[in-house]
Parts: sequence; C-alpha cells; structure tokens
Amino acid sequence: MSLFLFLTFVALLSALGVVLAKNPVHSVLFLILTFFTLSGHYLLLNAQFLAAVNIIVYAGAIMVLFLFVIMFLNLNEATEPKKPLLAKVAATIAGGSLLLIMVAAMRNVAPAGYDAATFNSQVGMVDKLGLVLFQQYQLPFELASILLLAAMVGSVMLGKRETGERNF
Amino acid sequence: MTFETLGWQGLVILVVFGLSLLIATYCTYAERVIAAFMQDRVGPDRAGPYGLAQPLADAVKMFTKEEFFPGGASKTLFTLGPCLAMTTALMSSAVIPFGNAMKFGDTSVHLQGIEVNVGMLYIFGVVSLGVYGVMIGGWASNNKFSLLGAIRAASQNISYELAMGLALIAVLMISGTLSLREITLQQTNPGAWHFGDIFAWNVFKQPIGFIIFLVCAFAETNRTPFDLPECETELVGGYHTEYSSMKLGLYLFSEYINILVVTAVMSVLYFGGFNYPFQYEFLDFLSNKAGLSADWAHNIFVLMGVVAMFMKIFMGIFFFMWVRWTLPRFRYDQLMRLGWTILIPLAIFNILLTGGLITTGIIK
Amino acid sequence: MQSLSNRAKILEKKPMTLAERAYLPAIFQGLSITLRHFFTKKATIRYPEETRPFSPVFRGLHVLKRDEQGRERCTACGLCAVACPAEAITMVAGERKKGEQNLYREEKYAVSYEINMLRCIFCGLCEEACPKAAVYLQADKMAPPRFERDEFIYGKDRLVEPVSPDTRSKRGIQLTAEQADKLRTQLA
Repeated sequence: MSLFLFLTFVALLSALGVVLAKNPVHSVLFLILTFFTLSGHYLLLNAQFLAAVNIIVYAGAIMVLFLFVIMFLNLNEATEPKKPLLAKVAATIAGGSLLLIMVAAMRNVAPAGYDAATFNSQVGMVDKLGLVLFQQYQLPFELASILLLAAMVGSVMLGKRETGERNF
Repeated sequence: MTFETLGWQGLVILVVFGLSLLIATYCTYAERVIAAFMQDRVGPDRAGPYGLAQPLADAVKMFTKEEFFPGGASKTLFTLGPCLAMTTALMSSAVIPFGNAMKFGDTSVHLQGIEVNVGMLYIFGVVSLGVYGVMIGGWASNNKFSLLGAIRAASQNISYELAMGLALIAVLMISGTLSLREITLQQTNPGAWHFGDIFAWNVFKQPIGFIIFLVCAFAETNRTPFDLPECETELVGGYHTEYSSMKLGLYLFSEYINILVVTAVMSVLYFGGFNYPFQYEFLDFLSNKAGLSADWAHNIFVLMGVVAMFMKIFMGIFFFMWVRWTLPRFRYDQLMRLGWTILIPLAIFNILLTGGLITTGIIK
Repeated sequence: MQSLSNRAKILEKKPMTLAERAYLPAIFQGLSITLRHFFTKKATIRYPEETRPFSPVFRGLHVLKRDEQGRERCTACGLCAVACPAEAITMVAGERKKGEQNLYREEKYAVSYEINMLRCIFCGLCEEACPKAAVYLQADKMAPPRFERDEFIYGKDRLVEPVSPDTRSKRGIQLTAEQADKLRTQLA
C-alpha cells in the first residue's frame, strides 16, 4: 500500500511537471518518469508483461523520438512565441470542459471490485495474455499487425534512395 | 520465500553487482592490452605485475581530475546523464542467470539476481533506456558536437533495437518462454551423446538470428564498427566531448558494463548459458565416483556451470575487442542502410523460416 | 589516347561479387589477420630493463683517452677544434710543469678542454683529426638529457676516462694484458 501511495505521488507530481516545466526537454524527462511510475503500477497489479512493454515501447522508443525532435528544434524560453490572451482563455476553457466531462463521466462509476476467492493473480502473465490475445481477439490482433507491417514496409520504402538521387 | 533465501538472494545481487564493476574495470585494461597485442606492442605493463594495477591508476587519475561544467550547460541534466548511463547499464545484469540453483540443505539459492518470468523483456527494456544517458548528457553539454553525437546514438539505437528484437523473437519461438533461466535450461540434452550437448545450443538452431543479434549488439553498445556517436574524426569526442573527471569515467565504464551484459545475454540465448559439454558425466563422476554427498556434488557441478558461463562471457568480450581493433568505422548512411534495409528484412525472413521449421517439426 | 610507354594498365571497375557484397568473408579475413598479429612476437623493447643494442659504428659521448701509464694523451694541438664543423670544442693549452710527467704524456697539455654537447653533431671528425689518438666517440654511451643548458658543456672532469684499466672506455687504443697488470699494481 505504501508503495502504491509513493508511486501515485511521484506519478502525479511528474505529470504536473510535464505541464508546468518551462523547458520542453524537462517536460519530456518528466513524462518518461511518469511512464516509469505507471509501469510500477502495472507491476503492483502483477502485470509484468504490460509493465515491460510500456517501458520498451513508450519510455524506450517513442519518448526517445520525442526527445530527438525537441533537441533538434532547440526550443527554450527565449524562443517561445508570445501567445495572445484569447488563445490562453480558449485553452483554459477547453481544458476545463474536458476535466468537467471526465469528472462527470467518472462520478457514477463504481469500480467492479474483485473477489479474493475467485481472483486469478496470474491473469497478467505473458502466457495468459497471449492465450486471450490469440484466441479471443485474434482478428483485431492480426489486423493491427498488418497495419504495423504496412507502416514498416512504407518506412523502408521511404528510406530507400531512388536511383540517381543524392542526399548529400 | 523465507527470510534466509531472501538474504542469500541479496548476497547474490551484491556479488553480481561487484563482479560486473570489477569486470568492467578490467575490461579497460584488457582493451588496451588486446589493442597493443594486435598492433605488435605490449600495452600497459608498468603498474604492478603485467600492469594489472593499471585500472587502479586510471581510477585515481579520473577521480583527481578537475570537474568541469561547460558554460550555459544545464547542471542538473549534465550530472544526470552519466548517472543514468551507469544505472541502466548496471540494472540489466540483475536478471542474467549466471548459474543454476545451489542447494544448502533445504534452501536453494539461484545464482541470478532476480528471477522474473519476463527476463528477456526486462533486458530489452533496460537496454532501450540506456540511450537516455547519452542523449541527456549530449544535450546538456551545450555543444554542437555533443548534440550530434547524442542524436546519432539515439537514432542508431532505435534502428538496431528493431532488428535485435526481431532476432530475439525467433529465439522465443523456439523456447516458448521469456524467462532467461528456462531458456538456458532448455539448451541441454541430458542422456544424449554428451559432447553433442553443445548441439542443443540455440546458435545451431538460429545461425541467421545469431548473426543479426551480434551485429545489433555491436550497434547497441556503440562499439566499433558502429561507434559513430563518439567518432573522433568527425565529432571530437561525440556525446562526451565536454565531460571530464569521473563523469567521463562513468560513461566509459557504462560502455564496458553494457558489453558485459550483452555478451552475457548472448551466451544465455545462443550459447547455452551455464551449460557445458560433458556436464552430466561430470555430475555422475562427482556424486558416484568421488564420493561426495549429493548436495556437494550438485554445488560443484553448478559452480563449474558458473565458470563455463564466465568463460563464454570473456570470450564474447574478447571478440568485441578483437573486432574493434580490426574493422574500421562505418559511414553513417551505410550504418542506417544496413540496419533498415538489410538486417530488418533478414530478421523477418528468419522469423518466417523459424516458423516454417517449427511447424514442419525440423527444430523444436 | 595511346599510352606513350605502352605499359599503362587499364583498370576495370568490376561489380562486386556476392561474397564481396556480403562483407562477412572479408570481415573474417581481417579478423584472422589481427589474430595472427595477436600471437606474433612483440616489437616493443621494455626500455629501462632492456636496452636496444648499439650499432658497432655508433658515435656517442666523447672520451679523452689515457695511455698505458695512465697519462692523458691529449696535447692540446687544437686540430679537433679546427676539424669540428659545429665549433663545439674549445680548449686552453698549457705547459707541463716538473713533476707532472706521470699526469700528461707530452710537454704541452690541455688545461681545459670543453665540448658543448648542444652544438656537437656527433660526426666523429674530431676523432679522425686527432694525431695522438686521444679523443674518441664512445660506442655505448649517449649524452644524457639534462635540465640546464650549462650542464651540456662537458669539461675535462666528465670527458677524461678513469685511470683504472678496468673502467676505461672500449674505444681507441686498448691496453695489453701486461700493461693493464702493471698499471693495476701501480695503482694499488
């Protein structure tokens, strides 16, 4: 329980850090920390596979690309454009209404809870997850994999140099 | 898990931690000696017998040098960079099985930091985090060469992680588990012709996958011929241009720990980990002929396995250094082309081939 | 264009074969080369413990020889100073006093004899010019590095070889066994 509270505390704090940090690189680093605490939560729920994949995919690959792009842009406080007041007000209203909708939607949700007698603690393990994925949800899984394969082939095609073209 | 086993496990973790630091320390010495030998020189031989105290001298030098912060650098991130590089490098050795379980009466001690059933994913995750240390350090240095080195490191690591992951999937298809311990235990063949035990190693079932993994391992650890992030001729010192003192030492150290981890993973996945030829004859000899108690026979058998594992690791490290002093560096576009247009398609083909062979029952 | 010598070889750039494009054979070839060097004998000479042998014609630090009775051979004729292309040798001549016959061989001797090792080019012309076989460049000794410039001006204190027949330089006229024995008994 204390571990859960600690993780939650760090998660919320670093999530706030993402929004409040002036330097975009710091924001990205806070976001990575947030992903770590989320993975910690997955571990507490005995979902080791999800925790590992979360770190590999989000913290390990996607955030590296984020950081990559931000480093290239060389953003800092000096180059940040002045935003008009109208944009600030609009952003506040939009964010506030999103919060409102979330609160309204979540207000009446009662967590399903679990029965300690029938709960299967192994449900988050790789093999169980694989069985569910490949039996119950085979079609969506295969569709997603085709989509990813197409994207990968596309990226390889984009990366291939055409005949006669020189890039440098 | 009783308190006693927990204590033993803690001891194992400490030993693994200390060993990886020690091996990394002596890697710096080995690198210089191997480089020298390959260039017909003798290398460092002044500090202590055969220069064996050279790492100590280097450490003293590193610690006593001036600590320098470049102007306009973010001090926090500049310090965080090498710390992250070192932490991620050390974290990955936690799940590597250096040996089978030892028995002391009722307690059995796994010679492995932590036994998790997603060990391979864990390693993969931690390795993919390793690039943050380099990126943050390079960016925080406020130097264009550092930044370029960091960016090269990031794009190189991401590109080669894909091919590496695809090569690993083929191993997973054979083993059917993510636990490194179980993958090791599968790579033996009790009851068969016993030198033929080595033919149970995955390298014989996955030759293409092994070569892909090997190439990607070089790229992931930023070793020659893929050491573009720290390529002197173009980028001064790459991402650690601005670093001095022990912060630089940590970067150099983490490189060697990464090599250690990668070779350990390679020996677990492809070279049978702590299995060694004639191991069952040896166990039989210990328990029946040498007249030892069952526990002791088993423990000596396991310790020999640890020795075998480390032999494999050291041979791997030697190979890394051997390649470094043989091959010149790739050009950056060659590196990317190799990764994306050769290794990844080859790895996918390897997966298809493995799948075909498994369904036809040729390998299992 | 017609080549003038008819020896020009026309190079054709052939497309690489599959084995060449696969890189791996070439890599293994390279690895075998470095492995061979790994086991070959090393060229290094570990200096303070072992020294590189000098060539027999090596010309190193100068020595002023003594004769078979332990007298200085140099007569301060100045031919070496004249022969020296670097003008490194200076000397002051003096007349031998009574009672100094056992110190100097001739009636005229060098009161001071200095060689500036910073100027010296170790050509050996002084050795060739000397009519008395007095100055030699040793084959086994180099002018050692020093911290100060004036330490490079070698006077007679550092140039004249010792009297004892056992510690004399190996260059120049050597003592015969009987002469050495006689000198030894004299010294004792």
